[in-house]
Amino acid sequence: MNGTAKTNEMSGALPLVSIAAPDKNVLDHIHAWLVTVDHKKLGLMYIMYGLFFFVVAGIEVGLIRIQLAVPNNHFLTPQVFNQLFTMHGTTMVFLVGMPLIFGFANYLVPLMIGARDLAFPRLNAFGFWLSVFGGLLLYFSFIGGEGMTGAGSAPDVGWFAYAPLTGRAFSKGHSTDYWTLGIMVGGFGSIATAANIITTILCMRCPGMTLTKMPLLVWLNLIMCGMVLVTISPLTAAQIMLLLDRFVGSHFFDTQAGGSATLWMHFFWIFGHPEVYILVIPAFAIASEVIPVFSRKAIFGYPVMVGATIAIAFVSMSVWAHHMFTIGMTSTGNTFFVVSTMMISVPTGIKIFNWLGTMWGGKLRFDTPMLFGIAFVFHLLIMGLTGVMLAAAPFNWQLNDSYFVIAHFHYVLVGAIVFMIFGGIYYWFPKATGRLLNERLGKWHFWLFLIGFHLTFDTMHIPGVLGMPRRIYTYEAGRGWEILNLICTLGMAVQSVATLVFVWNIVSSIFKGRRAGADPWDAWTLEWATSSPPPEYNFAEIPIVKSRRPLWDIKHPTDPDWKYE
Amino acid sequence: MPVAFQIALFLACLRVVRRFIVDSFLRSTRPSRKEQIMGKIMLLILAQQRLFAGEKVDSTLVPSIFAPESVPAHSIAHLADFVLAITGVIFVVVASLLVYAVVRFRRRADDDDTEPAQIYGSGPVEAAWTIVPILIVVVLTLTTARVIHEIQDARQPAGALEVQVIGHQWWWEFRYPRLGIVTANELHVPVSRGEVRRPTFLDLRSADVVHSFWVPRLAGKTDLIPNKINSMWIEPERIGLFLGQCAKYCGTQHAKMLLRVYVDTPEDFDRWVREQEKTAEKDPSVAAGRLVFEQTACINCHVIKGTVANGRFGPDLTHLMSRDTLASGALSNSPQELRAWIKSPDQCKPGALMPAMNLKDADLDLLVGYLTTLK
Repeated sequence: MNGTAKTNEMSGALPLVSIAAPDKNVLDHIHAWLVTVDHKKLGLMYIMYGLFFFVVAGIEVGLIRIQLAVPNNHFLTPQVFNQLFTMHGTTMVFLVGMPLIFGFANYLVPLMIGARDLAFPRLNAFGFWLSVFGGLLLYFSFIGGEGMTGAGSAPDVGWFAYAPLTGRAFSKGHSTDYWTLGIMVGGFGSIATAANIITTILCMRCPGMTLTKMPLLVWLNLIMCGMVLVTISPLTAAQIMLLLDRFVGSHFFDTQAGGSATLWMHFFWIFGHPEVYILVIPAFAIASEVIPVFSRKAIFGYPVMVGATIAIAFVSMSVWAHHMFTIGMTSTGNTFFVVSTMMISVPTGIKIFNWLGTMWGGKLRFDTPMLFGIAFVFHLLIMGLTGVMLAAAPFNWQLNDSYFVIAHFHYVLVGAIVFMIFGGIYYWFPKATGRLLNERLGKWHFWLFLIGFHLTFDTMHIPGVLGMPRRIYTYEAGRGWEILNLICTLGMAVQSVATLVFVWNIVSSIFKGRRAGADPWDAWTLEWATSSPPPEYNFAEIPIVKSRRPLWDIKHPTDPDWKYE
Repeated sequence: MPVAFQIALFLACLRVVRRFIVDSFLRSTRPSRKEQIMGKIMLLILAQQRLFAGEKVDSTLVPSIFAPESVPAHSIAHLADFVLAITGVIFVVVASLLVYAVVRFRRRADDDDTEPAQIYGSGPVEAAWTIVPILIVVVLTLTTARVIHEIQDARQPAGALEVQVIGHQWWWEFRYPRLGIVTANELHVPVSRGEVRRPTFLDLRSADVVHSFWVPRLAGKTDLIPNKINSMWIEPERIGLFLGQCAKYCGTQHAKMLLRVYVDTPEDFDRWVREQEKTAEKDPSVAAGRLVFEQTACINCHVIKGTVANGRFGPDLTHLMSRDTLASGALSNSPQELRAWIKSPDQCKPGALMPAMNLKDADLDLLVGYLTTLK
């Protein structure tokens, strides 16, 4: 074995090709996945990890919706309800959103820039396993959170865990400790991976790929990772302060000893608002690949798209206190955050218009990825407009912490991000597995999910307007909320069915899906230039590119892109 | 489908296209004719919803932000109209473009498999869809800033009523410092109408964690934050009961931290004040019950003026029977529910901080008998 590898090295061929041992058993396979430093395997594990917790968080919210389907329901106790919405929110952001976006970045960035792996493959594995153990630590709270006091098990402080509810006085036992440690550990993983991806993009692009010739997906992930570096740090700092409060007796957030409740809010939302963009920018990135390919046109306004995303990244760091319009800031302070928040709708609008411009004059193919892409643009529009409503501070004094807000941010997190991630999975599944997902099941998945989504989240705006606050475990009859809540719950059921269709589609297509070939969508970026699934070394020969769409240049030698860019 | 119809009608009630840019700059405090009509339509929809649920209709208890009855809530509803109108127009325009693109540029059955013309961008077009949104944002920002100033920087007039609101896990304490009154969960304020404006200025504090005071028909919400004194004001223009509740997650019983604001005529309000100013009556027929109260730990947390009870953790009980609800709206104030509540608070409101005193049934009856005399 050793000898062969050596000869290969000496002869200059790639040693990896010959090492594939013929008689691997199941344990060998599992072992190979556990110790891998391959960006593709890690990317897929990130995505599987994210999808697993997507189902877990879905079950949690299913219980929540059953409890709220009718007024004065006794299906869940208040304690359990509070734990469920805390775990649902925390899971969705930290154990679903972050792994999914890092999974896509991990898998796609090296392939799209013509590299063989990330810059630091071992750091990549380290980041992934930190995220995994962070998630496990959080979920271990269901078993270990009670502590000596017999207080509740899983954390019940809400996903933004406002002080002083998280202090020793109000949160006994260890549930809050699991929450803060779990997030902190996962956060270190995110920082490691973000630094890794930035380095890879800046240092490992193939010859010819200048910054202005990178696919938009790569650009947007570069920006996203920069935001991760800047914003996970204040979150981690806040978690450390909270731990000091809880274990050492410091008083950062301990209001009974003169600490500040608003300090936590500022720290949390300085992370929390950009976090929304950290999650949505990769969705923008997927849309910016899917929409052009299925419109059969180059992306409209590439430089403007990059500029708008950078603008979003910068402005999103200065809008955090729009989550805090009700805390009694001065009118000047409120006005500042109205201005900065409204400003962010300009670059977001520009992006929507550019996707429209891409579709304009094209020949649209409605394969499943594109269906999700179109729905994504539509949801982004609505979410942007409800965002403008929430940005108008006095309007926000009414809507803040109501069901309207829940509807709004689920439009972002589900309507935009989850939809586009589904689209991305349908689009790149054939690259990762060599087989296409079933189109027929894909259409069922799309339409059921779309109907369920709109039933739930369109309706959910209305109880907010009718004065229903979020995070209440039950409500009285006679406030005008009953039917609306019932519809939300029905929509949730439809979404669950759609998710089952999706899971079934994945499982069955892995074994029986139609063979994809290297380039099933007739696409233009480098990942489609290698086989499906790609070999461990990605490219036998490092490609050389001349434009943003290298495969277009090959397919249209008489009319290549580089003549126009 | 009635549900879709209902939603459509409701959206109509949001008055999305009701008024455009100009007249929303002019704030009027009185509902216009149009507003009254729209309000009635909304009540109709809600009535229809009640029929669905097979329950009685009382649409005045629906805490809708689009049925304002107080000056700041009116200002907000006007701003909301304006924002809804603008965003509504943007939605219609952009969504139409999207639908048009999807229909018009779909690949046809007879497609010749050539690629469409490749267009990489256009400077003037990009400039247009950058500048137009910027202009819209400027207009929205200026309008919003105006309303922020109008509500937040309003001066307190001489005749204003002052109330201290203190949030507790999970109930509300109301103190009227100028009148020397303390009550809980049910706020009484005078109506403000005609020549005599009588707004109520609330200063908001918290005894433990962050809460938020929200009565949607009277004003937007403001948080109650420990170590920070916030303020807000309401100026109700119609008498009646207005419902709200804590809007910031504050622990186990956040859902049952309900708020009731009674807007009274000036005469009723003055009468209520005179009642509340009195100390508790010493009715000799319930002396035994009072003894039970005074010899139990009740007195550590509750106040009954005229007795030894002077605790501050729980609600003031001096005029307990003047209130309609118990346990911050979790129960109605009847002797049966009062008895159940004292016997086992955790059954009535799981997680509530009031401990069960494990009284004997006979003592419990005496105690309830005493408390029901606290008019």
